[in-house]
Amino acid sequence: MISRVPLRDAASDCVVMARRGLIESVRKPALLVFTFIEPVILIVIFRYAFGGAIKVPNGDYANFLMPGILVLTAVFGAIVTGIGLSEDLSKGIVDRLRSLPIARSAVLVGRTLSDLARNAGNVIIIFVVGFLVGFDPNQPITRILAAVLLLLAFAYVFSWISATVGLLVRDPETAQGAGFVWVFPLTFISSAFVPTNTMPPVVKAIADVNPITLCVDAVRALTIGGAATGPVLGTLAWLAGLSLVFIPFAVARYRALQ
Amino acid sequence: MTRDSAIEVEALHKRFGEVVALDGLDLIAPEGQVLALLGPNGAGKTTLVRALATLLVPDAGRARVLGIDVVADPLGVRREIGLAGQFAAVDEILTGRENLEMVGMLYHLGRAESARRAREVLERFELTDAADRRTSTYSGGMRRRLDLAATLVGQPRVLFLDEPTTGLDPRGRAQLWDMIRELRREGTTILLTTQYLEEADQLAQLIAVIDQGRIVAEGTAGELKERVGRDRLIVRLADAGRMEDATVALSALADDGPLDAPGECGLSLPMSGPDLPAEVVRALDRARLGIVGLEVRSPTLDDVFFALIGRHVEPEAEQPQEVAA
Repeated sequence: MISRVPLRDAASDCVVMARRGLIESVRKPALLVFTFIEPVILIVIFRYAFGGAIKVPNGDYANFLMPGILVLTAVFGAIVTGIGLSEDLSKGIVDRLRSLPIARSAVLVGRTLSDLARNAGNVIIIFVVGFLVGFDPNQPITRILAAVLLLLAFAYVFSWISATVGLLVRDPETAQGAGFVWVFPLTFISSAFVPTNTMPPVVKAIADVNPITLCVDAVRALTIGGAATGPVLGTLAWLAGLSLVFIPFAVARYRALQ
Repeated sequence: MTRDSAIEVEALHKRFGEVVALDGLDLIAPEGQVLALLGPNGAGKTTLVRALATLLVPDAGRARVLGIDVVADPLGVRREIGLAGQFAAVDEILTGRENLEMVGMLYHLGRAESARRAREVLERFELTDAADRRTSTYSGGMRRRLDLAATLVGQPRVLFLDEPTTGLDPRGRAQLWDMIRELRREGTTILLTTQYLEEADQLAQLIAVIDQGRIVAEGTAGELKERVGRDRLIVRLADAGRMEDATVALSALADDGPLDAPGECGLSLPMSGPDLPAEVVRALDRARLGIVGLEVRSPTLDDVFFALIGRHVEPEAEQPQEVAA
């Protein structure tokens, strides 16, 4: 007879693992630096150092910049998922967890959920920082809430990409490095800091289909106005596609651990 | 159906690329005893433990823990076992108590029972005072104790300990040994791996010697030692010029007479009993011969291997036991 984890226990396992992840977020100052200070530094650099030289469609760079920073906050927050997971792998904690009678999904689900909660906190804090530097969303509250939900969905799906990277490299330093290898070009070849229409055609073509561009454009439209439907649907399509690839891939990698 | 073996392994194979880690390994561990898996680095000890703890899937062969197949029903096995790996798997960001309560919750014991078990094992492993400190502040020995404590939260019937004392100081090792003995008295079946014959001898009723993914010898410590030779007492003399006098003075204490200790100014006698060191000191004192050192030297893993398979293994850190001179 093959034993199974009852659904109630499986749910409890996920909660226990998510709780542990939250404690970790609170107690690790390095995580806060990484996921909170980093976007703040980018705000300062782009708002005050580069901003004056960047021409944006309606002239207000703070309003243009902040949706980009919010998406980056979500993506940086997601990198932490892979770092934490690879740390647990390298320290033998995943071995301990795999030797316990828990739901196999609990380790990944718990960690991505606690990272989602942390990312929600980060997004809200960065919103507030945005107000301080002149971000002035003029859209109805329902649209702004929709922007926040979209950011969280984005962060959650990217957590799974990051989890896959963490499971592949199995070492926290490499996971951090590997995180930036894909995040860095993805964020700069996008509409996060500058409009894409000044880019050379090939780069512009890449930037325009980049999920970060679509999400930034969607958040921009939902907060400071503009046509939201196109970029929102584009973002959701990306998120659906990425989930279909990376969630099963991460789960399969986890199951194949030896 | 009756079953008196806690662990049954038949023709287990596992390879990692080119490396054959388990090469048709067979093993049976009776319930309620300590079985030591003795072997050098790379012999396959950790691979076997990981296969039994359902952390890896063997390529071929069968393994059952309490009659449950590790491949067919890994979750069933996990409900019965505890695993302490080679590196203490404690979460440094959590306190000792939080680590244990988390494990309790993952055994689905509920909040109150998890807290109660955590308190119990903290007490038992003398960690109560440190319970609410983050484990990043713990010493190596405390981490090992917490790691072992965590395996006991679920009250497993079978315990796997992979090199439980590696890296511990002598006091930490002695403490851990006591805890392992106590667990055995309570009826837990324990499979532990070690590189030290002495450790296997101290803890295990049965020793299986593993080499290149196979069991090459099995038996009680006494049976294996008989094939290897006994401990020897090394006597270091103050005056190298009086070796012959010393040989005469000690001739009555060894059946075949004392031998010259290789590479040292001294003699070597088979350790015939606990009174031997005192008798040696008295005999040499009567002959007015000075001693600078007495040492009991156990057969090392290398001696065991050499005796069993005629091949030397990489030298491991020695564990000499000095007797006050």
